[in-house]
Amino acid sequence: MKYEAPSTIDDAIALLADAQAAASVLSGGTDLLVRMRADMAAPGAIVDIKRIPALNEITETADGWRIGAAVPSAVMSEHDGLARDWPGVVEAAALIGSTQVQGRATLAGNLCNASPAADSVPAMVAASAKVEIAGPGGTRTVPVEEIPTGPGKTSLAAGEFVTAILLPKRAALSGDAYLRFIPRTEMDIAVAGCGIALSLDDTGTCQSARVALGAVGPTVILAADAASALIGTKLDDAALEALAAACSAAATPIDDKRGTAAYRKHVIGVLAKRAAKIAYARAGETA
Amino acid sequence: MALDKNAPETRSFKVVGSRPLRPDGIDKVTGRARFGADMSAPGMLIGHILRSPHAHARIRAIDTSKAEALAGVKAVVTRADFAAAPEGMEDVLDNCMAGEKALYDGHAVAAIAATSAAIARQAAKLIEVDYEVLPHVTDVDAAMAPGAPALHDGRSDETVPDGYSANVMSRVEYGHGDIEAGLAKADRVLERSYKTAATHQGYIEPHACLATMGPDGQADLWCCTQGHYMVRNTCAALLGMDQGQLRVTASEIGGGFGGKTTVFIEPVALALARKAGRPVKIVMDRTEVLRATGPTASSSIDVRIGMTKDGRITAADAELRYQGGAYPGSPVGMGSMSAFAPYDLENVRTIGYDVVTNRPKQAAYRAPGAPMAAFAVESAIDELAKGFGLDPLDVRLKNAAREGTRSSYGPTFPAIGLEATLRAAKDHPHWSAPLGPNQGRGVACGFWFNFGGDTCVTLNVTPDGTVTVTEGNPDIGGSRASMSMMAAEELGIPYEKVRTVIADTGALGQNEVTDGSRVTFAVGLATIEAARAAKREMCARVAKIWGIDEEAVIWEDGAAKPAGPNAGDYPPMTLAEIAAIASNTGGPIAGHHEVNAEGAGVSFATHIADTEVDPDTGATRIVRYTVIQDAGKAVHPAYVEGQFQGGAVQGIGWALNEEYIYGADGILQNPGFLDYRIPVASDLPMIDTVILEIPNPGHPYGVRGVGETSIVPPLAAVANSVSAATGVRMTDLPMSPPKVLAAVQGQQEG
Repeated sequence: MKYEAPSTIDDAIALLADAQAAASVLSGGTDLLVRMRADMAAPGAIVDIKRIPALNEITETADGWRIGAAVPSAVMSEHDGLARDWPGVVEAAALIGSTQVQGRATLAGNLCNASPAADSVPAMVAASAKVEIAGPGGTRTVPVEEIPTGPGKTSLAAGEFVTAILLPKRAALSGDAYLRFIPRTEMDIAVAGCGIALSLDDTGTCQSARVALGAVGPTVILAADAASALIGTKLDDAALEALAAACSAAATPIDDKRGTAAYRKHVIGVLAKRAAKIAYARAGETA
Repeated sequence: MALDKNAPETRSFKVVGSRPLRPDGIDKVTGRARFGADMSAPGMLIGHILRSPHAHARIRAIDTSKAEALAGVKAVVTRADFAAAPEGMEDVLDNCMAGEKALYDGHAVAAIAATSAAIARQAAKLIEVDYEVLPHVTDVDAAMAPGAPALHDGRSDETVPDGYSANVMSRVEYGHGDIEAGLAKADRVLERSYKTAATHQGYIEPHACLATMGPDGQADLWCCTQGHYMVRNTCAALLGMDQGQLRVTASEIGGGFGGKTTVFIEPVALALARKAGRPVKIVMDRTEVLRATGPTASSSIDVRIGMTKDGRITAADAELRYQGGAYPGSPVGMGSMSAFAPYDLENVRTIGYDVVTNRPKQAAYRAPGAPMAAFAVESAIDELAKGFGLDPLDVRLKNAAREGTRSSYGPTFPAIGLEATLRAAKDHPHWSAPLGPNQGRGVACGFWFNFGGDTCVTLNVTPDGTVTVTEGNPDIGGSRASMSMMAAEELGIPYEKVRTVIADTGALGQNEVTDGSRVTFAVGLATIEAARAAKREMCARVAKIWGIDEEAVIWEDGAAKPAGPNAGDYPPMTLAEIAAIASNTGGPIAGHHEVNAEGAGVSFATHIADTEVDPDTGATRIVRYTVIQDAGKAVHPAYVEGQFQGGAVQGIGWALNEEYIYGADGILQNPGFLDYRIPVASDLPMIDTVILEIPNPGHPYGVRGVGETSIVPPLAAVANSVSAATGVRMTDLPMSPPKVLAAVQGQQEG
């Protein structure tokens, strides 16, 4: 097995596009190295993207935020501007693994590992995040929810890799939140997770909302009916019950060692209600 | 030794009861400590074990030729490389390397030694095993039913009545009195069934060893174990060696909790080393630890208890069914003996069934068999007390075993501490603290026998007057500190002048493994006796110097002094002064003691647990937890508190989330710490501890073992607390969130 650490995006593309090499992208390595140790992955080459300078930066742009694909979640947590604008996304990234793991783990890695239970993905989807992809055919930008296509599978073509996560500008009177359920308090994986971003008008009525569900289907679910349940309301009890019901209805979970389908369908609604209240409070704070 | 021989001393202690720094602390926090995997040898090979992917399969043939032909492979072994095991050790060998059948997912079927781990893994994929897959069973009740897939034929003993499958290995019964007559006097008879899942000890350090064997048959083994003398004796038997030809050295140990009281990889590493002619190291990964070492039994228990409306138990009856994996030996006997041990009962009976299933062979886990039994009994008593509107502590006090009580398992108790723990619980501020919304409080008692056993200690005095205590029990709970403290106390010298080392098997006679909470008691007793022998020798040397009778010299405050008619005739001679001239008075000074220690006092505890249950998710949070336990005499109170807390935390994990989850295919679904959920630090409040000291008459300082009792009450204490918080009686562990939510929702619908 070869280890490569290119210093430019073009060099990385060339290494990844070489079909003979059977290369895997290494960013934080918190999934890849574990899979290799467990004999579940045996790449012919590892392409470490951490030496590419632009991939290690968080920058505020005219359109919002650009988070390089090699930025670890601990760095996001310590970035005041990002944490102020997208607290739900930053908090979701800060739930991954342990404190030590968060020193390595990245949003891009969490997304491209394509686990249905990835914590940062529902938060990013709710936040309308996009990914910047580099590849042999040039650069393209797609919504986060278009990346995972099934457990362990992505829509990335051969030679392509994610170079950055793009978050929009935070609008006035808007806020986001992410909550997950785990049997413990940390060092665990989501049984169900819910990201919500919403914006209000100046009367406190919800104008727009995005509700994304994790670990209750093979890929992240953007639940349109759940968002509709919030829009036009001030998140009164009836709206929250409608939200919970819509989330439960949208969820297509399985029975497994981490929980039953029935349990996940129930808990996703509970999480949605709680996350919506937090996002609503955060939206109000920006008034 | 008779119990009255060691009347506990009433004197005040100088060193015992203080809290000196632990001697292994710096090494462990700086990484200097050498654990099992830290040992290496020149020319060393890496061993790897091929394991069964089936829960139950006949092994028709194993073809290792392709693996042997791979460059870098130096030896491959299968069961054919082991001679027939001596009588009584067949199951140990079969568990280390499968013979005719693979009996569980993860069962070892072959092993490779190669020049690298990668080559060894590659070679494992080249071994062709011809399996005939057989029907399997993993649930204890299903395994007992007639017609269940049988693991072994014809091994049930004569105690098993008709009507059970061949998986029921034996039946035990304990008790006295007349159950039916007792139940007839009750105002209420509660009948309830309870289940607990199999749980793993969860030690941080996976099993690891390094084996060497020369062509002359002399062998050395370094390993992570709770008992290297046991490892020596077992491996020598399985490899057909003289025990004296195998020297075993125990590494520093990253936890054991009973799980390292047997062998798994050690005989395999020796067999590979013998065949390859080179040192072989084997290190398990976490998946192997969970699939193929020894968790404890899962259980299914029926309880019947009769109680009068004022809280007196009139009769208590339980049937306990434990599956202990693929071979006989579940701890159902100790579960049956301990179930009702805290109570003074006129009519009591326990019946236990030992059952085999297609799971890894169970190993000891902290108070083996007792936590499950206590879960059932303490839950039933709680439910009866609540039903009558009685305080659960008052009910237990009313029925508590005391000095002179004939125990449910036979012996009559000497001075014991149960009542003291109950009274301390009532007086503790925790018991009367207010509870918040969705919170509940539970209480439960626990009992453990404790143990003594074969023990050797040698205490050497160095020429500069320091002391080395040499003992043969791996330190899993602070025993090096405790031994140094007891030696210092007895000799009258500072703790800093004593160092305790764990010797290899060549240095001492036979030592029982570190189990049964025996070490502070038994090794402590031998250490005190070894120190007393050294003191006698030093007094004799001084008598010679002074020219007076040996009887006229006494030992006081770390020095020999003239006594009786000679009192004051000579200035005292300190240990250091005597040691400095030892060469001129007869040679080096040492004391030693060898004993099969008896008189380990039983131990009792009472735990109080507060939990808060989220009614929308079923998640349980431990809000407050208090452990009250009798330690006899706490030699190093910080370690005692650590034992109390550690047992409580393991019990909390068992109660809430830990479980072996098997799929319909009999394959373990959660062989890793992600989905086998032991509590993490942030899951827990600080566990409060109260040490009581009711001296054990069997030990010179009154010491009782403290390591195991603390895991006995938590299952029931937490279940009683969750039941109080939710209003639903929880009888099936673990109380994972889906199970609790279903119970809460079921109650709302009902």
